[in-house]
Amino acid sequence: MKVLVCVKRVVDYNVKVRVKSDQSGVDIANVKMSMNPFDEIAVEQAMRLREASQATEVVAVSCGPTQCQETLRTALAMGADRAILVECEADVGPLAVARILARLVEREQPGLVILGKQAIDDDSNQTGQMLASLCDMPQGTFASKLVLEGGRAVVTREVDGGLETVSLRMPAVVTADLRLNEPRYVTLPNIMKAKKKPLETVTPAALGAETASAQRVLKVSEPPTRKAGIRVPDVATLVAKLRDEAKVVS
Amino acid sequence: MRALVLAEHDNASLKPLNRNVLAAAARCGGEVDVLVAGQGCAAVAAQAAKLAGVAKVLLSEAPHFEHGLAENIALQVAALAGGYTHVIAPASSFGRNVLPRAAARMGFGQVSDVTAIVSADTFERPIYAGNAIATVQSGDAIQFLTVRPTSFDPVGEGGAAPVETVAAVADAGLSTFVGREVAKSDRPELAGARVVVSGGRALGSAENFALLERLATRLNAALGASRAAVDAGYAPNDWQVGQTGKIVAPQLYIAIGISGAIQHLAGMKDSKVIVAINKDPDAPIFQVADYGLVADLFEAIPELIERLG
Repeated sequence: MKVLVCVKRVVDYNVKVRVKSDQSGVDIANVKMSMNPFDEIAVEQAMRLREASQATEVVAVSCGPTQCQETLRTALAMGADRAILVECEADVGPLAVARILARLVEREQPGLVILGKQAIDDDSNQTGQMLASLCDMPQGTFASKLVLEGGRAVVTREVDGGLETVSLRMPAVVTADLRLNEPRYVTLPNIMKAKKKPLETVTPAALGAETASAQRVLKVSEPPTRKAGIRVPDVATLVAKLRDEAKVVS
Repeated sequence: MRALVLAEHDNASLKPLNRNVLAAAARCGGEVDVLVAGQGCAAVAAQAAKLAGVAKVLLSEAPHFEHGLAENIALQVAALAGGYTHVIAPASSFGRNVLPRAAARMGFGQVSDVTAIVSADTFERPIYAGNAIATVQSGDAIQFLTVRPTSFDPVGEGGAAPVETVAAVADAGLSTFVGREVAKSDRPELAGARVVVSGGRALGSAENFALLERLATRLNAALGASRAAVDAGYAPNDWQVGQTGKIVAPQLYIAIGISGAIQHLAGMKDSKVIVAINKDPDAPIFQVADYGLVADLFEAIPELIERLG
């Protein structure tokens, strides 16, 4: 079985982004870029399936500018067999990405597609669900556990208030939550090996995918800032403030 | 303008957050209908009919709707969406799972986690863990939106909308429900609680979280945790407050032994009053706290419980 795993190049988790003064977006010039952390978990899960002989090939895909090759090389260094870069603008939205991926699913015929549940730049949490919809596949979103048995994917999902388990017909789409696994570190020998692995570049047009979007970002602004309040010297003062000033406890 | 709100429920009762979603729907400028899709959920439809501003409740019942499987609910939403300009769900694990699937099925995009309705086609939403706010305009003929409940004040009761039964779509046959593990608790639900007591890695162990439980009981609060505390195994997954966990905005948020990573702040900085108790005077949490106390939590919390009486 082939596994398709989708990775996005995003501003690194540890970077605090700044809004541009003309409100046209956030400043990402000279900022460290990394693989979206949830996508790293997705790649790790694909590798575990291959190491357990449940997957025969792992194909990593990314949609974005040329620099996404670095992100794909990271996926290859983690162990993916080959990579596909669908070259398009950096800010292509979830629906367009889902349409591109749907064309690749048609071409590659994977038994399973794994993505991160959301990207930490736009925080949309849509692509996996949209891809599943376009391919008429079932979806196991926010997965904290994945078991393949009897031709089905049994997915434990992190939902409000606890966990839920669903059984999906395959092929299926799974989106990774934080606790699905802990991704491995890439080692230097594997980074060297990754350089020799095949990386194909295609365009959305060549795949026949529509990338136009009806959505436009009018502006990006600073969130309202919260002023730091006061330091209280002791618990007694804290309780007094909460009772008499904030009036939030009785 | 006509909006359809996808109700979140457990077949027995309507979740309180639907009231906030209805408030957002009303801001879109037209009539608001509610879809209750489930099994044996007529009581839920009756509850929805009583809420202010509801024009009509659509009740759709089928065995394959019982557990809210996205594959089936999304088909039902798509079957009805054609008559609406807006289709709106809560930005909860339910809404986030179902709504993008319905939107893509109809060939439309979605605007996630809406925190303000600027106009019928323009919305504000946080990006980069809340470090920036994007104003998004959408030209789609049907706007699919998930809205953040804490950003809208809930509507009250006082409505008397008719309940109309609509035909259920067939089972997509793609997925089946296996089971659910829901933590039993007498405490208020984290997402809607008036007071939240949250602990971080400084608690040091799952046993020490018991200290927070005593405080939470005194304040009738929900319990939360930072990602660090959850990752360390001190608290269950669904307690996590932050960018990738729950977004909360209670009247009072007490952060105990939480340093205040941006991903955590994204989940609680809209709280009305924030209290931070931390040993480290330089912890970033103090920059958003209304009341900061630099203290050892193992001394401060028992004293706090005692003084609250």
